[in-house]
Amino acid sequence: MSLTMERVKTKLGPADLKEGMTATKVKRFIGDYGIIILFVVILVFLAAVAPNFLTLNNIVNVVRQSSIIGLIALGMTFIMITAGIDLSVGSIVGLAGMTFALLAPASGGAFWLPLVAGLAVGLLVGFLSAALVVWGAILPFLATLATMAIARTAVLVMTDGQVVSGLSGPAEWLGSGFIGPVPVPVIIFLIAAIICEFVLSRTKFGSHVYAVGGNEESAKKVGISTGRVLFTVYLIGGVTAALGGLVLTARLDGAAPVAGTGYELQVIAAVVIGGTSLFGGVGTIRGTVIGVLLLGVVMNGMNLMGVSSYFQQGVQGIILVLAVLLNRWKSD
Amino acid sequence: MLIDQPSPKVFHRFIYMALSNEDEMTDVPPATPPLVALNDIHKTFGAVSALRGVSIDVQPGETFALLGDNAAGKSTLMKVLTGVYQPDQGSIELDGKTTEFPTPSASRDQGVEMVYQDFALADNLDVRSNIFLGREPQKNILGPLLRIIDRKKMELETKRVLERLDIPINPRLKVKRLSGGQRQAVAIGRALAFDARLIIMDEPTANLSVAKVDKLIEVTQRLKDLGIAVIIITHRLDEAFAVADRFAVMRQGQVVGRFRVGDVSEAQVAHLISHGTLDDYIDDGAGIPEKRRKIGSTSSMEVVDVMATPATTNGSHS
Repeated sequence: MSLTMERVKTKLGPADLKEGMTATKVKRFIGDYGIIILFVVILVFLAAVAPNFLTLNNIVNVVRQSSIIGLIALGMTFIMITAGIDLSVGSIVGLAGMTFALLAPASGGAFWLPLVAGLAVGLLVGFLSAALVVWGAILPFLATLATMAIARTAVLVMTDGQVVSGLSGPAEWLGSGFIGPVPVPVIIFLIAAIICEFVLSRTKFGSHVYAVGGNEESAKKVGISTGRVLFTVYLIGGVTAALGGLVLTARLDGAAPVAGTGYELQVIAAVVIGGTSLFGGVGTIRGTVIGVLLLGVVMNGMNLMGVSSYFQQGVQGIILVLAVLLNRWKSD
Repeated sequence: MLIDQPSPKVFHRFIYMALSNEDEMTDVPPATPPLVALNDIHKTFGAVSALRGVSIDVQPGETFALLGDNAAGKSTLMKVLTGVYQPDQGSIELDGKTTEFPTPSASRDQGVEMVYQDFALADNLDVRSNIFLGREPQKNILGPLLRIIDRKKMELETKRVLERLDIPINPRLKVKRLSGGQRQAVAIGRALAFDARLIIMDEPTANLSVAKVDKLIEVTQRLKDLGIAVIIITHRLDEAFAVADRFAVMRQGQVVGRFRVGDVSEAQVAHLISHGTLDDYIDDGAGIPEKRRKIGSTSSMEVVDVMATPATTNGSHS
């Protein structure tokens, strides 16, 4: 008995308590900044071993390439914070990009027309996903699996599977232009990220997005229109995916009906790496931006180092697993 | 003996008169109108009659307990009061004036707040965000079109509200890090932050440890001191006897008794809950408690088996 008492006493000693508090602080620090630390470590490593990694051209290239996945990931962050998911984003990229490519040459000086049409297509698919999730009460995974197939079918039927190429000048500028030293896609991504960050962290709607993801029932009880919140996030997801599709089409100076295939997985990986929980309620736009850049940098670094593409996806998978483990450890 | 097949109103009145001292009747309408009165409320769901002519009233600053077994209609009645359900028949009065609560927001706007059994909190948000969840204060930036959440105001108000409850909690702490009692304080604080006049607590001790229950009594008393009326929905007699001034007993969608604490024994109330009448009640000799008992000092209704008590005395109500 006395032995047990002594053990208990030892366990609760002030030194141990202090140690416990320090451990908590360390855990919180790693939880909050772990992904940034990992990002910096990878940057330093690649700067040391990959030729030309630290050149301005390469950095601009990495950020420009990441901006397309980044745009899609912004909307996905909203959706995943509500504990949802959108598998249709890759198909939206293809459909919106194709709409843009088909209308751009015919639009003459009305540059905005194909842009608006492309975004409207994304909004429409987002609306369909939202309707299935909110009104149809279908699981987001299944609802967006359906819209993914529907949107891809639409683009294939629309073009009979043919590639469309050759955009007019202003449309091309969207993908290849520069404002000062900064590529236009990067500027679009940055502006979109700032707007999304503002909405999510500073507005009432953003707060409700977190509440719905944290506890939908509680959100309902306090009078939040959870259906409206869910509807809106899928619309946002549709628009940001469409924007990604427009930039991709503009950058490639054309659209293929299979464009964007598999993007959903890259986007989900980037969002999760950025700290967003698949269970909802947790995530930030800042984290997503870091997640997107981290994946972009790793892929670029491996290309520069001549790593076989067979290995590249595996490395992506390992980073994803590390990020998930880090998030879980943080939330325990 | 009670009359055969009495109408609900006659029956209620009879029970009330039998168990109350007429000189000390608490159900006599006071000179000032009650804060809230629910009159002859009916509610059906398909073939099920959840509420059948229920009437209760609550005075300003009063703690009122709504007792009854599962499916007695307590929660349905409170959902009518909070605008979740619309009554099929009957009326709601606030300050003596007939009103309607078509939505939960309408009810909240008029000072009726609900503290749910699960507290209805979002664990991933901090205390201040939970207190203001759904009603976040905003401020304009760049004109009225662009509005952001006023977190500074939320923090100050959260501190003020929790100080009123004498439960200091860091407003920036995530709710998932709080104890059961602290979580309840946040839920009550949410009601207080918006000048509640009536707070409804659904099974308030269901998610609390025994040690935290005393704190709940303190909080209830504090609300009373602030002039806020409280309705406690519970099936625990000890809880009702510890905190309430008056209570009503519900069974199968009807009120089968209204009492003031001190006018009736727990055994009688337990019998009423399980039988709907005191006609066949047999006194166990415990009598009416002279003063309020502490929670946990007596059995809750589930374990009270009055029929197993030796019939040593006559029923008090025969």
